[in-house]
Amino acid sequence: MTQNAQKSATATVIDARATVLAPAVLALLLGAFLVLGTGFAHSDTIHNAAHDTRHSFAFPCH
Amino acid sequence: MFRRIFFTAIVAGLLGGVGISVVHEFTTTPIILHAEEFENSGGDDAHKHSLRSGGISLIAPAHAHGPEKTADGDEAWGPGDGLERTLFTTLANILTGIGFALVLTACFALSGRPVNGQTGVLWGFAGFGIASLAPSLGLPPEVPGAMAAELAGRQMWWILCVAATAAGLWAMVFRNGAAWMIGGIAVIAVPHLIGAPQPERIGGNVPPELAAHFVAASLVTATIFWCATGWLAGTFWDRFSSSEAQEV
Repeated sequence: MTQNAQKSATATVIDARATVLAPAVLALLLGAFLVLGTGFAHSDTIHNAAHDTRHSFAFPCH
Repeated sequence: MFRRIFFTAIVAGLLGGVGISVVHEFTTTPIILHAEEFENSGGDDAHKHSLRSGGISLIAPAHAHGPEKTADGDEAWGPGDGLERTLFTTLANILTGIGFALVLTACFALSGRPVNGQTGVLWGFAGFGIASLAPSLGLPPEVPGAMAAELAGRQMWWILCVAATAAGLWAMVFRNGAAWMIGGIAVIAVPHLIGAPQPERIGGNVPPELAAHFVAASLVTATIFWCATGWLAGTFWDRFSSSEAQEV
């Protein structure tokens, strides 16, 4: 493999990682926000609305 | 990739959330409603669980826990029993489903491995082990009215346990060698060695038979939710892979 081909292969791997990393991290953060917002938020209204979900999913409640 | 992760997660989470709402309606919800009859019948005893470890729970008791007042003296809003309560529970299940599915598909992407419906079920099982089974050893699923330690401490321990179990499993599955295996097991054990916050006293108003039934119902429904969501996410993830390839 020539040096140029090696450089190009390395660049492709880095590109592939970069295209995965940003949306994956965003999805992780949004997912955690939704789960914690629904199951853990200390708001009376959210707690009462999601009460049965919190118990059924065994999130700490009350 | 952005479209693939988010579309997969939203569809799988939506379907998983709606599906598990139907299952909850016949499994966990009737036990919750039954437990609330005992919880509300116990006078002062019914609210002892919110006064554990020398602190007051940061959360006000729900509508189901008697006519509690907020700090302003107003009664906290809660959905009315019946259809309204079912609809809000379904909405909360859908949001939780999409949240868990987003984390699951993000892990598909980060793993760099091919995932389809079949392997998606294995990913779902991992999710069940991480978010349901492992925390249940320290904090078993609770019916309303169960005695429990102060809320914030239990929530912190739950998050620690989930993070440690996920990290430990990742080390054991995606890394080779005995050191990663031993390290993974050690990390998974840490929250259990620390120990989850426990109530100073036990013995709530809810009969132990009902509480035990609820633990089983919660774990069984969590298994159904995670397997179904894992299969759905894996299937849509695979479909999107072929449609993205065709676009290129």
